Amino acid sequence: MSHDNTMNLTLHVWRQKGPKDTGKFEVYEAKDVSPDQSFLEMLDEVNEDLIKAGKDPIAFDHDCREGICGMCSQVINGLPHGGQDRTTVCQLHMRTFKNGDTIFIEPWRARAFPIVKDLVVDRAGLEGIIQAGGYTSAHTGGVADGNAILIPKDDADYAMDAAECIGCGACVAGCPNGSAMLFTSAKVSQLAVLPQGMAEAARRVCEMTEELQKQGFGNCTNHYECQASCPKGIDVKFIAKLNREYMKALFK
Amino acid sequence: MILDGKCPTGPIEKTWDKHRFDMKLVNPANKRKYKILVVGTGLAGGAAAASLGELGYNVEAFCYQDSPRRAHSIAAQGGINAAKNYPNDGDSIYRLFYDTIKGGDFRAREADVWRLAQVSNNIIDQCVAQGVPFARDYAGYLDNRSFGGAQVSRTFYARGQTGQQLLLGAYSALARQIKAGTVKMFSRTEMLDLIVVDGEAKGITVRDLATGEIRSHVGDAVVLCTGGYVNVFYLSTNAMGCSVTAAWKAHRKGAYFANPCYTQIHPTCIPQHGDKQSKLTLMSESLRNDGRCWVPKRQGDKRAPGEIPEEDRDYYLERKYPSFGNLAPRDIASRAAKEQCDDDRGVGPGGRGVYLDFAASIKRLSEDTIRERYGNLFEMYEKITDENAYKVPMRIYPAPHYSMGGLWVDYNCESNVPGLFVLGEANFSVHGANRLGASALMQGLADGYFVIPYTIANYLAKITPGKVKADNPECKKSVDDVTNDMKKLLSINGKKTVSEFHRELGKLMWNNVGMARSEASCKEAIKKIPEIREEFWKNVNVTGGPGEFNQQLENAGRVADFLEFAELMARDALYRDESCGGHFRVEHQMPDGEAKRDDEKFCHAAAWEFKGTNKEPELHIEPLKFENVHLAIRSYK
Amino acid sequence: MTLLTSTVGRKILMAITGQLMVLFVIVHMLGNSSIFIPGGINAYAEHLHALPPLVWAFRAVMLGAAAVHILFGIQLSLENRAANAETYAVKNMRRATLSSQSMLYTGLLLLAFLVYHLLHFTVRVTPDIKIGVDSLGRFDVFGMVTNSFSHGIITFIYIAAMVVLFLHLSHGIQSFFQTMGWNNNRTLPVISKIASVAAVILLLGYASIPFLIVTGILKG
Repeated sequence: MSHDNTMNLTLHVWRQKGPKDTGKFEVYEAKDVSPDQSFLEMLDEVNEDLIKAGKDPIAFDHDCREGICGMCSQVINGLPHGGQDRTTVCQLHMRTFKNGDTIFIEPWRARAFPIVKDLVVDRAGLEGIIQAGGYTSAHTGGVADGNAILIPKDDADYAMDAAECIGCGACVAGCPNGSAMLFTSAKVSQLAVLPQGMAEAARRVCEMTEELQKQGFGNCTNHYECQASCPKGIDVKFIAKLNREYMKALFK
Repeated sequence: MILDGKCPTGPIEKTWDKHRFDMKLVNPANKRKYKILVVGTGLAGGAAAASLGELGYNVEAFCYQDSPRRAHSIAAQGGINAAKNYPNDGDSIYRLFYDTIKGGDFRAREADVWRLAQVSNNIIDQCVAQGVPFARDYAGYLDNRSFGGAQVSRTFYARGQTGQQLLLGAYSALARQIKAGTVKMFSRTEMLDLIVVDGEAKGITVRDLATGEIRSHVGDAVVLCTGGYVNVFYLSTNAMGCSVTAAWKAHRKGAYFANPCYTQIHPTCIPQHGDKQSKLTLMSESLRNDGRCWVPKRQGDKRAPGEIPEEDRDYYLERKYPSFGNLAPRDIASRAAKEQCDDDRGVGPGGRGVYLDFAASIKRLSEDTIRERYGNLFEMYEKITDENAYKVPMRIYPAPHYSMGGLWVDYNCESNVPGLFVLGEANFSVHGANRLGASALMQGLADGYFVIPYTIANYLAKITPGKVKADNPECKKSVDDVTNDMKKLLSINGKKTVSEFHRELGKLMWNNVGMARSEASCKEAIKKIPEIREEFWKNVNVTGGPGEFNQQLENAGRVADFLEFAELMARDALYRDESCGGHFRVEHQMPDGEAKRDDEKFCHAAAWEFKGTNKEPELHIEPLKFENVHLAIRSYK
Repeated sequence: MTLLTSTVGRKILMAITGQLMVLFVIVHMLGNSSIFIPGGINAYAEHLHALPPLVWAFRAVMLGAAAVHILFGIQLSLENRAANAETYAVKNMRRATLSSQSMLYTGLLLLAFLVYHLLHFTVRVTPDIKIGVDSLGRFDVFGMVTNSFSHGIITFIYIAAMVVLFLHLSHGIQSFFQTMGWNNNRTLPVISKIASVAAVILLLGYASIPFLIVTGILKG
């Protein structure tokens, strides 16, 4: 809106050509940044300047830019998505920074998330976890009427709280153990609380957590950093729920 | 040429059932011999790949994102329509059918829309079975809300994230098939060409976005579910990666493009804040359930909204459309907003905005109820604008949102190129000239779960599986062509960035082929687009190399296609010398400013055939017949 | 058996064995506090050792729990370190605590302390140990303890170890409830608070003895 409160920033950006290359930080200046710009729009401008200077622009994942696709993935000043409550990088606005700030931008770092280029990582591990059991085995067609199973509002809301996960991987990036337990627990809990998902609940929790290990994610040791990192504020109560489901499965 | 939509005849309520019986089937044991390539994994593509895989076909699915779960269907907020009539408020399949035809300003095929309304109920059941956490009431029953263009509550929703939940449902079904081995998933893979062998679609050429590898995949049929093209305006509510590329490549290989001028400008988006903005953000239409649109009565009234007393406010939608009020259809609400702003009664910086005010609802229902219904939207609004919409009214302005036009398909969702099927937003079939809210999700899932599994069998049953092999000369040629395109883009080394060209094109399109069009504006666009295109191919600067992760190269290819497509869109807008739905030609309006159709001359779909870049496309026409709905002037008064 | 290999299974074993030790630590502290009653701790020790089979059974259980807790603790920590091998140049934490992040170190320090403590007061082989009997002919635990804690360095080791125990338990106790699944968003803050208070009580309860002895407040 106004032009008098633009700012200049110093960016330390992780640059890495490919998965096997060693990366390093490069320093860039972001000039005349408007507080109404989003963080990614600020990076867009930096990239435009880099291209004009004949340099390789910074690669970063992004798509919907409205905080729902889960594509954007940057650790900003040591916090996934920049550390604002319930905010993805694409919804992080520059008004949260001050003129003259120095900003460190790094990719998600975890063994299960190899770097593709610069700030872009490969999150296929999360796919593997869902494929291991993050579904109900409902066939297309031939299912009961939507109102045939009554689901109390509280259960539907609980399931929705868990289902809000956008699968960005911030929980892994923030976790000191590189664990994807919050991600896994959100899907397990959503389907475990709904009647449609109960039939497969025991098998699901076992197979999904087993896959979590196979994909190279760490173990959960209850730091709860995942919840603080999550741009949707997914609650660690779902990890407790996953643990309950696991114990139920043990005695099945 | 007159096109045949191959619609079944007879009483409309029997058409789909009869057609399903008339179509050929593929024996369960033979299904795995057929390979189907599904491009795009949004609601249509995800649902199609999962359903086809489950049936036993050998499916390969492709998406440009790093996961199929990130397709832009995920951003749909408000809800999905179905004719369940759970609230007992007078809904029926017929009413949903009627509302959709009327909402589309009588520019869609009756049979397609009927089928959509008919299967809408199955979709809700399917999603519930997948564990989609739709909103429920305290007794445990599914809850409904209202959406624009309807006087019944038929919209099912999952907070403000219905698209996300439906997509995650389809994605989970897809994940199950990937695990089962029936679907092979290729993420970060973008389709850059359609392979046509002996007139039939038999494969695609793709670029692996992570490695830059260009390769072809052959199959027995290709299903395009690649979404819409409103990023031609640069600023839109679409994701940054949404493009016309896949559809355009198919168009270049012979598929007709129908009604490209039908674009939807969504009335409730956050106004643009500056020239460095990269996208516009939608605020769900559901907000109009409880929000009231108004502007000051006096021109140039610069008072803060709270200081403008009731008698100085113009609740223009309620005034103009008393029976639908704030829930008037999107095209009408958008134009009304533009009208107010053109009349110098707009609000906010630059005067391009209107208020969407929740004060009355908060007073009537409490802030908590509003928070429960729209909390995440208010949160998003605050993040972007730094304003608390519980305290001050939201400012909104229309923005490009959806494309009703798309590749031409017949009743079977098959394009004029045999073996090429097109689903969801990428085709042109059911929304006519304007889409009603909560109908896009319905169409995507209807096509994917309940249409393509039947209609594709009808095609496959007639062909021999696996006829085209990977060593077919067409594949090599296609890979070479794509490789050369990439090389060419990288070798220009000009002075302007890809984004600069995209912005320039977007501005031109918004000003000339946007919310209001005229003969002169369309002609100007048709004149200027080739100039930008020419400059692009001479002066664009694409950094990096072909064999690596290169986002500039990806964008350059997409913008290059927009630069060709935009011209077709402008031509179609010029050709359609009437106003209908989202296509508003200023020459054709009622005395009160409403769109004025010309059913004599334009009651048809205009499908364009590609004849070469810089050559005029050839027009084909599919006449639209209305046997069940009376062609009438659309009124929401 | 998946309990021994799976990520959640091992977490549950860690929680249960950890909790067994927490219970022991609580009982142990209550036992220790008999030192404040004249002759109390000697009586307590005599009663405790009156039934050798029970003592040994108890010791076996504790040893087993400790072994499981330590082995899996190390194994899980190593796995977690491998999973998070790529380190950030700048990393901040919003919710993880010093306590939660130092579990391996505090655990290993406690192990070292445990060995020392057993050699000290159970096997009694350290040079400072004074063995004797009290006026009733019972083994004089009180005398032994007050003698040892009159050495500043020993007192320091014990108090330091109790601080480490405090750090370990302020994460460990609430973590148990989360791992067992007895938690939701309403209970978690309450349980965390109660666990912190419990850890503080244990710290004060244990550290008070060497502190009061070395400062001469508690005398024979």
